[in-house]
Amino acid sequence: MSLLEVSDLRVQFETEDGVVQAVDTVSYEVASGETLGIVGESGCGKSVASMTILGLTRGPQTTISGRVMYEGRDLLALGADDLRRVRGNDIAMIFQDPLSSLHPFYRIGDQIVEAIRTHQDVSRAGGRARAIELLDMVGVPEPSRRVDDYPHEFSGGMRQRAMIAMALSNEPKLLIADEPTTALDVTIQAQILELLNDLQSRLGMAVILITHDLGVVAENADRVLVMYAGRIVEAGSIDQIFHDPGHPYTWGLLGSLPSLDLHRHEELPQIAGLPPSLLAPPAGCHFRDRCPHAFDQCMKVPPLESRLPDSPEHRDRCWLTAEQKHDLRTVDGRIGLQAPGARAS
Amino acid sequence: MTAGSPLLEVADLVKHFPIKAGVLIDREVGRVRAVDGVSFTVAKGETLGIVGESGSGKSTLCRAVLQLIEPTSGSVRFEGRQLVGLGQRQMRPLRRDMQMIFQDPFSSLNPRQRVVQIVGAPMRLHGIASGSDLKREVQDLLDRVGLSPEHYNRYPHEFSGGQRQRIGIARALATRPKLILADEPVSALDVSIQAQIINLMSDLQRELDLAYVFVAHDIGIVRHVSDRIAVMHDGKIVEHGPARQVCSSPTDSYTKKLLAAVPVPDPRRGRRAGG
Amino acid sequence: MRRYIARRVLWGIALLFICSAVIFVIFYAFPSADPASLRAGRAATPDQIERIRVSLGLDEPIYTQYWLYMKNLVLHFDLGYSYQSNIGVRTLILDRLPATAFLVSGAAILWLAAGLPVGIVSAVRPRSLMDRTMMVTSLALISAPVFWLGLVSLYLFADDIGQLLPIFPGVGSYIEANSFLEKAWSLVLPWFVLAAASAAIYARYMRSSLIDTLSEDYVRTARAKGLSERTVVMRHGVRSAVTPIVTLLGLDIGTLLAGNAILTETVFNIPGVGRLVATSIERSDLPVIQGVVLFGAFFIITFNLIVDIVYAYLDPRVRYE
Repeated sequence: MSLLEVSDLRVQFETEDGVVQAVDTVSYEVASGETLGIVGESGCGKSVASMTILGLTRGPQTTISGRVMYEGRDLLALGADDLRRVRGNDIAMIFQDPLSSLHPFYRIGDQIVEAIRTHQDVSRAGGRARAIELLDMVGVPEPSRRVDDYPHEFSGGMRQRAMIAMALSNEPKLLIADEPTTALDVTIQAQILELLNDLQSRLGMAVILITHDLGVVAENADRVLVMYAGRIVEAGSIDQIFHDPGHPYTWGLLGSLPSLDLHRHEELPQIAGLPPSLLAPPAGCHFRDRCPHAFDQCMKVPPLESRLPDSPEHRDRCWLTAEQKHDLRTVDGRIGLQAPGARAS
Repeated sequence: MTAGSPLLEVADLVKHFPIKAGVLIDREVGRVRAVDGVSFTVAKGETLGIVGESGSGKSTLCRAVLQLIEPTSGSVRFEGRQLVGLGQRQMRPLRRDMQMIFQDPFSSLNPRQRVVQIVGAPMRLHGIASGSDLKREVQDLLDRVGLSPEHYNRYPHEFSGGQRQRIGIARALATRPKLILADEPVSALDVSIQAQIINLMSDLQRELDLAYVFVAHDIGIVRHVSDRIAVMHDGKIVEHGPARQVCSSPTDSYTKKLLAAVPVPDPRRGRRAGG
Repeated sequence: MRRYIARRVLWGIALLFICSAVIFVIFYAFPSADPASLRAGRAATPDQIERIRVSLGLDEPIYTQYWLYMKNLVLHFDLGYSYQSNIGVRTLILDRLPATAFLVSGAAILWLAAGLPVGIVSAVRPRSLMDRTMMVTSLALISAPVFWLGLVSLYLFADDIGQLLPIFPGVGSYIEANSFLEKAWSLVLPWFVLAAASAAIYARYMRSSLIDTLSEDYVRTARAKGLSERTVVMRHGVRSAVTPIVTLLGLDIGTLLAGNAILTETVFNIPGVGRLVATSIERSDLPVIQGVVLFGAFFIITFNLIVDIVYAYLDPRVRYE
């Protein structure tokens, strides 16, 4: 039973230089309690797509189409008041930089209480008590003292914990975490991800985990979407994506990770070129220009579908047949995109 | 390990920053021990990787080694010559041989200068080239780092992040240095661009017999590029040795913690509970 | 926080001393005329001038004069005597101060009440008709010289000569007014004139400050929490956007009290500090000019101090400097 169902989501922005198609026909589902990882590099549309779920991209220069079904209602069609009741309540979101994402002039406790009292009928004292409980739950030491601190008095990891506390204050059914650990040290990152996992199982919450880090996705997600230039190029379970990837971009991403097996002086397999400009993306498959296996068919947009009859939920946007993929994706014994040594453009 | 004396020899390098307080006049009430007694060597043509998280002091270390900030105490020898205590004018000719690449490709290039000015400035300053020769040298360098030589007249904002980092590398190479300190050269770049830059730096190292000090927080990348690794924590080096060895059999507890925290991009290994 | 305030106050006092010394030196090196002959008047004989010189202590070396001046200032608040009227400078200034204070405070309330809301609405709806109208109007108001605005408003609205709607009191009415209410009524036109340009400036400042603030990450978080748009704009946006305006306000009020309202006071004939400076300059009445400048330094330093302290209350990050 899906908690959230996104269908044919398209988002475009009017800019001075033209129309940017930030999100192009994105469709996916999130089931209750699961973790969906969305992976992609900057500009792929993963953040815009997720913010659009909560209506945070609405504006005079934005055109949004498609459907986002949550509990029988289309969030994209909701009016401002109804949407506000969903935000921070049923669906909550945390962002990348906790220092800039918290208001510098208000105490942490006050900001959490504000989140609580927007959706629940509690007194200020009650809200404060709940805020202290939440800070304790996320592992902030001495919560009754630190609840009165300002954001700049917290360390980076503590701030992110406080943001998580604030996001969970109304026990949402879905948490969207947009690069929650990218700005943090790797040891702190590990702690935060563990915290999220723990809270998720305790509260029975679903999580959309947006990141560029494949390692984070491998360790924390159940299913993965790989996005490139506004489209989903591959979707599947964790195992399928990492051990049986079907799209050349995914091969390229996996290949360009340094691993302990690669010898010191060997080249990292790299993806040539740069992501396309979203103002004027190439016709057909967006990855065509950088893909060494592109052929004529790639001038037509490949639909997102499964080419393997026994795993219908493993889908990708690539015209290559399953056999071709098997042959082409291994380079020098590991998954990668092309022979190392190719020059960049 | 190294034939002859090392290219760079750092011994007990210390950099403390005073904490000042007081009502009318500032008094020193404490110190931030950013670099607290660091020693290492770098041989010609090799790469030393320095891994550390934020606050470990690794950026301060880079600047102190290059004398961009004045060390509190300790010694830095480049080709046998002591750098600590040298005045600006004495340091200047030595700067030809030691260059730096910075982390943020967006702020480390002067937005008001064209590429040819940015890359050409070191050549002009050190008297390596001038006039039409300069332009040709710059174009050569641009080609070598994988950029189009015709773009020498463009401004930084016309390039992508990865391309700007290539400009930064070209600038560092302009004086044909023997040693390059790279302070988080790929951290601000997307994963697929990181691979391109790392490969470029490797190629250049082979071609030009460059030595690198590669400073980063991502131990995976450091492991890939380095011959030897030093792990930095709280201003000190807590472990050092051959790269492979440090990563596969660490002895220090912080190193172990660091390695354990790195997420493994393989769902069949290192999976977290639940989910 | 206390250390922050204590530090600022001590530096403020030190600065006042430095200012007084600099002012003294400037007036000592004042090239225009010999104070003694100014004091003596037109028909004075060289003997009389010499006697006056001695009585004013002008034959003493500069540091003695300075020492006497500072002693008088700090111990007795004595700023000397006007050359023109022989009335104590301090008395003259304190007599004029209430009028200026009344004028400035009324104008300040008016320009904040008009400028800030307009700026907020413009920021929330950028490039709308309202916004564009505001930008053009404010440009007009900022460009119009104060004295021109003053004269035009008198021409249109003064009850004695007004052509359009003669309801407001005209030139000199402040002097004739007796009660508080009468005085307030006489200041209505001057308030509008003095507030006009400032209202426009503050509207523009608020607009740009708020546009910047509304694009910050924490505003996005506030929306993501489900807060109403009004709460987001006011409690999260304006609250941050207003801090640079506080700094501006402190400086504006400080300088206005120091005599910057001189044009408005002159046009409407309000007996304020600005008017005093104007007439003293005409007559080269050095002690008065010197006194007003010193007062001015005091106000500006004090208001800067107040602004610093208020800023620390508004922005908790500043307290730890």
